[in-house]
Amino acid sequence: MANSSDRRPILLDFEKPLAELETRIIQIRELAEENEVDVSDQIHLLEERAVQLRQEIFSSLTPLQQLQVARHPRRPSTLDYVQAISDDWMELHGDRGGHDDPAMVGGVARIDGRPVVIVGQQKGRDTKDNVYRNFGMASPSGYRKAMRLMEHASQFDMPIITFIDTAGAFPGLVGEQEGQGEAIAYNLREMFRLEVPIICTVIGEGGSGGALGIGVGDRLMMFEHSVYTVISPEGCASILWRDAAKAPQAAEALKITAQDLKTLGILDEILPEPIGGAHSDPLKTAETLKAAIVRHLAELDQLTSEQRCDLRYQKFRSFGVFIEAGMMPAR
Amino acid sequence: MSLFDWFANRRKSGSPVSEGQEREIADGLWTKCESCSALTYTKDLRSNQMVCLECNHHMRVTSEQRIQQMIDADTWVAIDEGLRPTDPLKFRDRKAYSDRLRDAQEKTHLSDAVQTGIGQIEGAPIALGVMDFRFMGGSMGSVVGEKLTRLIERGTQQRLPVVIVCASGGARMQEGMLSLMQMAKVSGALQRHRSNRLLYIPVLTHPTAGGVTASFAMLGDIILAEPKATIAFAGRRVVEQTLREKLPDDFQTSEYLLTHGFIDAIVPRTQLKKTLAQLVRLHQPTLRQTPKGTQIPGIKTLTTVPE
Ligand SMILES: [Zn+2]
Repeated sequence: MANSSDRRPILLDFEKPLAELETRIIQIRELAEENEVDVSDQIHLLEERAVQLRQEIFSSLTPLQQLQVARHPRRPSTLDYVQAISDDWMELHGDRGGHDDPAMVGGVARIDGRPVVIVGQQKGRDTKDNVYRNFGMASPSGYRKAMRLMEHASQFDMPIITFIDTAGAFPGLVGEQEGQGEAIAYNLREMFRLEVPIICTVIGEGGSGGALGIGVGDRLMMFEHSVYTVISPEGCASILWRDAAKAPQAAEALKITAQDLKTLGILDEILPEPIGGAHSDPLKTAETLKAAIVRHLAELDQLTSEQRCDLRYQKFRSFGVFIEAGMMPAR
Repeated sequence: MSLFDWFANRRKSGSPVSEGQEREIADGLWTKCESCSALTYTKDLRSNQMVCLECNHHMRVTSEQRIQQMIDADTWVAIDEGLRPTDPLKFRDRKAYSDRLRDAQEKTHLSDAVQTGIGQIEGAPIALGVMDFRFMGGSMGSVVGEKLTRLIERGTQQRLPVVIVCASGGARMQEGMLSLMQMAKVSGALQRHRSNRLLYIPVLTHPTAGGVTASFAMLGDIILAEPKATIAFAGRRVVEQTLREKLPDDFQTSEYLLTHGFIDAIVPRTQLKKTLAQLVRLHQPTLRQTPKGTQIPGIKTLTTVPE
């Protein structure tokens, strides 16, 4: 999938013990071959231990470690999933206002026989691509391009599938000049109006308003190791703790993991990832995604467009926790 | 978000004042303009709606003062005053969120950062929300989102124009994703209001930033702003870091947004009520008078209704 020529694994710091164990297995195997000794029992034990260790590591990631997995350079991106899950696909370009933002991609596709519109933020697959894609941080024109494609979906009665993967909307001069706030706000409002089914999935990083700008839908799913946060833990730490190094505490406090958001009632479904994260088996991960999309579309098809819009409104309407005088804490 | 920037950029007071005046400033008898340092009798300043008589600087006003300035006397009916914030994430940074809430409530005598209600503006009823920057930088958490949503829904039910005076650093980090989702929730309510062909006017005051800018602040049918208010998505400091260069002085001000086509008008505070009333009147649904003799056969026309 990711088309980098160098396929050596990129290891995160918490994967080091696992990497060491795997190196040791290779060394023992080589030594055994040189000296013509049978160590298969020993190797079998070590391999079992490696599987166990991988499982242990990935089942107890801290929120900041989850963020590292979510930002992994080899993590499958929007276009990777598009290629893996669609039978047919054509990318469409432009906001019809003078720009085409490569950080936001979209087009028409066929999933399981059904025409859909897919939009999502696109991170780069290598350094050069990342510069071109602005690291997946879309400008206002990116959000307007997304909206234009969603209107297209509505026009031709195609469901909308969005893939969220961004550190946030781009905080630059041009972004402010061209109305980053207006572009996102407009999408938030209009996504409530669109009558076709909308399924949103956080595939990697869900960064604040920039993520939400394509995140209003009938269903919200998140991959197991993806995160969704109101502000980056680094940013939060530097504001509230006055110290960016307190990012681990901020990541903990902000409740950014899929499990946290499920508990808060914001998330509809957590999509499991292979042990080792989505990048360890992108095709299997894509199968999980495709199956979930097809299943949710079938459910949403049972409703009229009016019912869907109503339920979409009620869904977001219910978010928030407060106390009302004389009542129990409401949700 | 960008609250940090606002605090960091807050203008420092300038010229020295005498000890006696110092005391009278402390007593609230005089107020010193943070822009031109002119001393003005607080009473005079109040009657000019806290706009400096010397330099026209718009000083911060409380939500209470704002309601008094905008709404006809004895017509304000507050709604949803019983909504109070809680601490759903048990959030704690250098200080616990629950303590920050209690301190802000004691300081402002408000339950959270917005007041909502129904009132009249030159005789026309409107649904009004006023954010209060003193309460944790006007940040939007569950209560702000819920109160605004209920206000807009009431506006839709009663077919009233909605006006929201924005003053906010953005989302309330201490409520995590619940605060981010308020942006969508309020925008959804505005969609329903809008689809009923009802008027919504946000008034952007200093500062309006982050998640508020990226939701209801920018969704007005008509958008007004006070002079020289900072209106931003990303904080100036963040943008500067991204660019590694200095930004123009008027960057992210009302004037800048007007030039770039994102707001309709800059309205001095002293003209705000009059302007809003004018706009509400201009958008009042009237049944159009059909000139005699233009009746199209087969099409029923509406009869004239005197206003
Ligand atoms: Zn002044």
